[in-house]
Amino acid sequence: MSDNLMSAQRDSFGQTPSQTVGPYFAYGLTSEQYRYDFDQPFDAVLAYPHAQGEHIRLEGVVYDGDGAPITDAMIEIHQADASGHYVQASAEPRATAVKSGFRGFGRTGTGTDAQARFQFDTVKPGAEGTGQAPHIHVIVLMRGMLVHAFTRVYFSDEAEANAADPVLQAVPAERRDTLVAQRSEAGGRVVYRFDIHMQGPKETVFFDL
Amino acid sequence: MLTKTQGPTALITPRDWSSHSPYLYPGYKSTAKRGPTKPLIPLKAVLGELNQPVYGHDSIGELDHDLTRNARKNGEPIGERMVLAGRVVDERGRPVRNTLIELWQANACGRYVHKVDQHDAPLDPNFLGAGRCLTDDEGRYRFLTIKPGAYPWGNHRNAWRPQHIHLSLFGQHFASRLVTQMYFPGDPLLQYDPIFQGTPEKARGRLVADFTLDLTEEGYALGYQFDIVLRGADETPFENKK
Repeated sequence: MSDNLMSAQRDSFGQTPSQTVGPYFAYGLTSEQYRYDFDQPFDAVLAYPHAQGEHIRLEGVVYDGDGAPITDAMIEIHQADASGHYVQASAEPRATAVKSGFRGFGRTGTGTDAQARFQFDTVKPGAEGTGQAPHIHVIVLMRGMLVHAFTRVYFSDEAEANAADPVLQAVPAERRDTLVAQRSEAGGRVVYRFDIHMQGPKETVFFDL
Repeated sequence: MLTKTQGPTALITPRDWSSHSPYLYPGYKSTAKRGPTKPLIPLKAVLGELNQPVYGHDSIGELDHDLTRNARKNGEPIGERMVLAGRVVDERGRPVRNTLIELWQANACGRYVHKVDQHDAPLDPNFLGAGRCLTDDEGRYRFLTIKPGAYPWGNHRNAWRPQHIHLSLFGQHFASRLVTQMYFPGDPLLQYDPIFQGTPEKARGRLVADFTLDLTEEGYALGYQFDIVLRGADETPFENKK
């Protein structure tokens, strides 16, 4: 067997390469949000009203290297519930809504808000008891990214826990702020603002997860 | 000296960057302002912490896997019917069971239903171009659809995307998430497409489906096989140098 053929066989099996989600994902992945006639298994609501814990909105804008808001990104999040446990997230919102009220996984596009925000309705996750501060796992996908990016949301009112968090501590000190969502309260709603900067001096920390 | 660590060491295999595009790939112009520029911070993924969502019978509709039927209004969609099927496995060849595959694509004319697609080609009233299914106990999946057309885009002069189908998968864990595109064998546009070419050469072939008579339905639809390999549990015990 020639070396070329052996090499081809060796390389034919392996991780399937990632490709960009492209500009046209909306009717396939976030169809109800964008008002296409197809249901979607995940949306921006992770916690229904009767879910235990502090109800919060997580929102932000994704900025490109020119500082322009990106209107065709898709954001997915996965998080523990208010007691710090990862529930087995369900793709069936109705089933979840009548049980704990908490889904654990959410997805939204940035193309339907006038300010290009992503907005998730969820509860603030509890500490997992592993020494890590409360956090939310994030996937960022968009046209112009051939591979998606992983990041994390930490919380501005958890300064003590954040200071002890081993993942945050592995991040260069001057970049840690890019992972901390800022808390505000208005009209009885708790909002955490988490802008994502793909590039530039405020470039968000992304992980090789 | 090498010692084996005991216990449930279910780390997820890392992303194999020799199989994936870089974030910044000059041929694909949109990457220039959108890809992260600073080094990624390493983070280990452990199985059991961030399991994929579960899907029940209510998650998938009866026609969700059949794009030739799931959006009919007044007739059949136009175009060449095709079967897209294959297996989803991890890097050790183990089936990835009961995992969600979401699919979206252009119609036979190369036009997406999406509101921002301005390509001057007709929409098909009987074709949406979106579907989903779950893998079975062997990791197998199967879609019935219409072969998508090529279409022009603005990346460079006379730029055309090869015919392709978008696929989104979860796998076992948050870290095994994959969004990819499947291409067709022998497409002359592959050599000019920066999205395809951004993938390291040795791994590009994994993005191209195989035509096969085994999946072809006689007198009805051509069959293409596209197997997908996701990151999974790395069960080799760790060996730590003391």
